[in-house]
Amino acid sequence: MAEKKKCSAVITEQRRLTPDIFSMWLQFPEEYNVAGMAAPGQFLSLYCRDGSRLLPRPISICEIDREGRWIRVVYRQAGEGTKEFSRLRPGETIDVVGPLGNGFQKHSGKNLLIGGGIGIPPMLALANELSGETEVVLGYRDGALFLKEDFEKSGAAVYVATEDGSAGTKGNVIDAIQKNHLSAEYIYACGPIPMLRGVKEYALEKGILAQVSMEEKMACGIGACLGCVCQSVSKDSHSNVNNKRVCKDGPVFDVEEIIL
Amino acid sequence: MNLSVDFAGVTMKNPVTTASGTFGSGAEYSGFVDLSRLGAVTTKGVASVPWPGNPTPRICETASGMLNAIGLQNPGIDLFLERDIPFLKQYDTKIIVNVCGKTEEEYIEVTERLAKAEVDLLEINISCPNVKAGGIAFGQDPKLVERITSRIKRKAKQPVIMKLSPNVTDSAEMAKAAEAGGADGISLINTLTGMKIDIYRRGFALANKTGGLSGPAIKPVAVRMVYQAAHAVKIPILGMGGIRTAEDALEFIMAGAAMVAVGTANFNHPSAAFDVVQGIEAFMRKQGVKDIRELIGCVD
Repeated sequence: MAEKKKCSAVITEQRRLTPDIFSMWLQFPEEYNVAGMAAPGQFLSLYCRDGSRLLPRPISICEIDREGRWIRVVYRQAGEGTKEFSRLRPGETIDVVGPLGNGFQKHSGKNLLIGGGIGIPPMLALANELSGETEVVLGYRDGALFLKEDFEKSGAAVYVATEDGSAGTKGNVIDAIQKNHLSAEYIYACGPIPMLRGVKEYALEKGILAQVSMEEKMACGIGACLGCVCQSVSKDSHSNVNNKRVCKDGPVFDVEEIIL
Repeated sequence: MNLSVDFAGVTMKNPVTTASGTFGSGAEYSGFVDLSRLGAVTTKGVASVPWPGNPTPRICETASGMLNAIGLQNPGIDLFLERDIPFLKQYDTKIIVNVCGKTEEEYIEVTERLAKAEVDLLEINISCPNVKAGGIAFGQDPKLVERITSRIKRKAKQPVIMKLSPNVTDSAEMAKAAEAGGADGISLINTLTGMKIDIYRRGFALANKTGGLSGPAIKPVAVRMVYQAAHAVKIPILGMGGIRTAEDALEFIMAGAAMVAVGTANFNHPSAAFDVVQGIEAFMRKQGVKDIRELIGCVD
């Protein structure tokens, strides 16, 4: 009856994109091809080898190659666990549970993708799979514009905002949208909460359907522990208390559904 | 080779269950573990009405452990009876329902609602450190432990296990109080109250400021408390606190636990509870142990 499992993926590439952002390609075994099951917006639980670090790190899926059984993750080295990941070399393995959570609902039409900081990587998997006209707005701290070229390769029109003004529009992603007079039928966003608040306000004002991907500290990653809830407008299916689980009910939600 | 144990009159196919709060009601883990291979599933605590729990962040990792301050978010007894019990009844495992409340009346209400339900045991949580009212308030005073135990026992149709806190001066005294109140068994330990500071944000890692420490970091404390309780009472003990492997589980069993629960380890490895069952079997085969009951409390 037990058909899901923790599996071991082989690291086939590890690259440093900025001083603290790393890119890692993982290849999954033929008999358990996580890439084949994965969709943009979902995430992986990556486990540390150091036994004193018990909890999996939830990392968003940045690119998917289903036939090659590859998934790319781009992650920030934020603590000891992700530092351990950044030291893994090609040929080494990492334990993974996934894919987890619900991905983005894809629409054909005029799509606007918005990524901020470490919320940028999951938008690339989506940009690679959307058909129709796609515009991407990426918000960075400074001029270290990781993944920008990858988005350009996806065929999307790419706009940049930087907090320090070193590239693109000085300011945040909403500033870049306004400065470039962008419009859309559908918005997809991932980034820090203040950015998502701005996106929500913008989407509601313009009457654009928007989906946002949320982040929260997690323990189990599969919906059992109730650690990673976010406040929701409607009752959640687990406890009936307006607390949706980011890992299981999300991480992608319709923006009107989430109280930010 | 026999792995089955009798616990408060209930026969379990093996001595391994899940620790309350780490396994939901089993649904989320059922893709990873065949629940029928576990001695029992212990559910997350259920109250008389839905509880929203605490603000986030509710979780942070610590060295060989974690802090949680979920605050007993739960769907309430109505939805639990309608959804979670029928789900678990599909499996060939025993069901231990963890009961929580803010007042004695709430514990009793849930106990009464469970009277007709097909559950095997009740585990009464009087030791949660993360809710302001109820929970641990009942578990730190032996007189209150005895009183709430006897009140629940009068209404309960299933055997009653009292879940005890390590956040007390003398846990053996609480075990005796539960026994005096008529408890059929005790379980320990719940989490140890802890705190983590985020030095970069100059704030608390958890929104609740304090949380319950669990994981391998607390195991030696838990083994010691199980040993002391086993020498203080005659009722059986469900031991837990940092069990990750069969070797960990066997320490608790040899210290006097008739059953063991796997908790935080489920987060580290979704099939951890079943792996512990298999590991105990392998240990017994290798060591020539014919009956698990030979090992319970064998270290004196």
